[in-house]
Amino acid sequence: MTAADLAGRIARREISCVEAAQESLDAIGERDGALGCFLALDPESTIAQAKAAQHLIDKGQGGSLTGVPIALKDNLSTDALETTCASKILKGYVPPFDATVVGKLKLAGLPILGKTNMDEFAMGTSTETSAFQLTRNPLDPERSPGGSSGGSAAAVAGLLAPLSLGSDTGGSIRQPASFCGIVGFKPTYGRCSRYGLIAFASSLDQVGPFGQTVEDAALLAEIITGHDSLDSTSLNAPPISARDLKSGSLRGLKIALPKELFNDALHPGVRQAIDDAIRVLTSEGVEFHSVSIPAIAVGVTTYYLIAPAEASSNLARFDGIRYGSRSDGEGHIGMVERTRAEGFGHEVKSRIMMGTYALSAGYYDAFYLKASQVRAKMTDEFDQVFTSCDAVLSPTSPVPAFKLGELIGDPLALKLLDYCTIPANLGGFPAISLNCGFTEGLPVGLQIMAPALHDERLLQIAYSVEQAL
Amino acid sequence: MSISIDEVRHVAKLARLDLEESEILSFQSELNALLGHFADIQSVDVSGIEPVSHAVSLQNVWADDQIWESLPRDRALRNASLSRAGLFVVPQIIED
Repeated sequence: MTAADLAGRIARREISCVEAAQESLDAIGERDGALGCFLALDPESTIAQAKAAQHLIDKGQGGSLTGVPIALKDNLSTDALETTCASKILKGYVPPFDATVVGKLKLAGLPILGKTNMDEFAMGTSTETSAFQLTRNPLDPERSPGGSSGGSAAAVAGLLAPLSLGSDTGGSIRQPASFCGIVGFKPTYGRCSRYGLIAFASSLDQVGPFGQTVEDAALLAEIITGHDSLDSTSLNAPPISARDLKSGSLRGLKIALPKELFNDALHPGVRQAIDDAIRVLTSEGVEFHSVSIPAIAVGVTTYYLIAPAEASSNLARFDGIRYGSRSDGEGHIGMVERTRAEGFGHEVKSRIMMGTYALSAGYYDAFYLKASQVRAKMTDEFDQVFTSCDAVLSPTSPVPAFKLGELIGDPLALKLLDYCTIPANLGGFPAISLNCGFTEGLPVGLQIMAPALHDERLLQIAYSVEQAL
Repeated sequence: MSISIDEVRHVAKLARLDLEESEILSFQSELNALLGHFADIQSVDVSGIEPVSHAVSLQNVWADDQIWESLPRDRALRNASLSRAGLFVVPQIIED
């Protein structure tokens, strides 16, 4: 059942908010032992929130998703609920405040089920860098759910939660959505407040929804977006509206296909599923245009210089003093150095090292500055394409879900798979992944990107595409 | 471009990471593998392109000059591994 359907049943009093929350809690109790989606649960609080949601319904003050339970990625600060970023360094950390998006969910009456597993500090694309547990893909338990928001994606795909939130710095919502066969949406940078989202790379991070359908993702986006004075990079734009979601048409739509995203690295089954989708959409009246966006070819390098550079600065706050674990060391500096060496996992340390190197004297111009220029170039190239096309379409990931353990030992190979999702973060524009078929039983995600601030248009196109496929 | 073992040690010091010798070696090979790939960016012509540090350019975002309630001290200290008398406790910095 979709979140929209569940909300309808709740509004019609066919099911109470408490019953809906209990159904999710029961599903988690039965199946999460095998899937490993959740790091923290607080059933008492979930039920209390469900009762409050029912109160809203009873007073006639329910909204579009009131009473629909939701799971949250563990990098979103939740007052009184442990938030670890799946890192040992934050084990036991209980935020003294709610992230802005969490506050909005509580106001809208979406009971929070718990916190979901992720790659440590969102650094990874398989959820295997979590310091605590593996998460399994509900469609094939031998495989990764993707990452870094793997727990949130698997919770929705595994029917443990009707909805969830993730964060997307280089594809961390869209790629797991693709691997798990659901919808994942990254709004335009700045439409969703980052206040209370524990920072990885501040100029790229964006919170966004997972759902079974485009409509579910759009309804959730409506609730969590909007200007927030607590985030100085928040755009002064109204919340995303789902009002015109279903009134779009595919006929006459101009969609660009960048040849750099249809290269030889594509898995043949992924190519087949995307080609089939393009054929269906063509028959529905979409005009496809082959284009070239040359900077995409160096997108992985650009991203893996900029994101670690920002991370090395952001993660300097973990020093064992105000929060997080603390190790013994000689003197003040020795304590900080031991705390960080013992508290961070390998991938996080690797990225802090790379970022520190890219920003260090003598290398700044060759790496960080150059990457910042390529970022501008790529954004310009996309803007050029958007002057004549409504959207850009590509696979979300060049491969379907890989096996757990298959790539974690080869960090470079894993990073090279991110080239389809990275551009939307570097350019800040909105992007969505929805399922377009299967290869060898594994889901294939189709990605659509649109110009910055055209989130409503993107969702409308995605909805039409979803109906056609 | 490749990174030497001494540079790895230097970067670890800058990053405040007290790495084991085995980690130093493993990061050297990992970072060199990445840097080998990252060489692709050097051939991109970016002459005349202004670098960007953000996807959406915003300037001078001012907050209203308003006093609001701050986090109560006990809540701010709740997650500290060591605190005393309403303060964070840090290792001694100045010699006796």
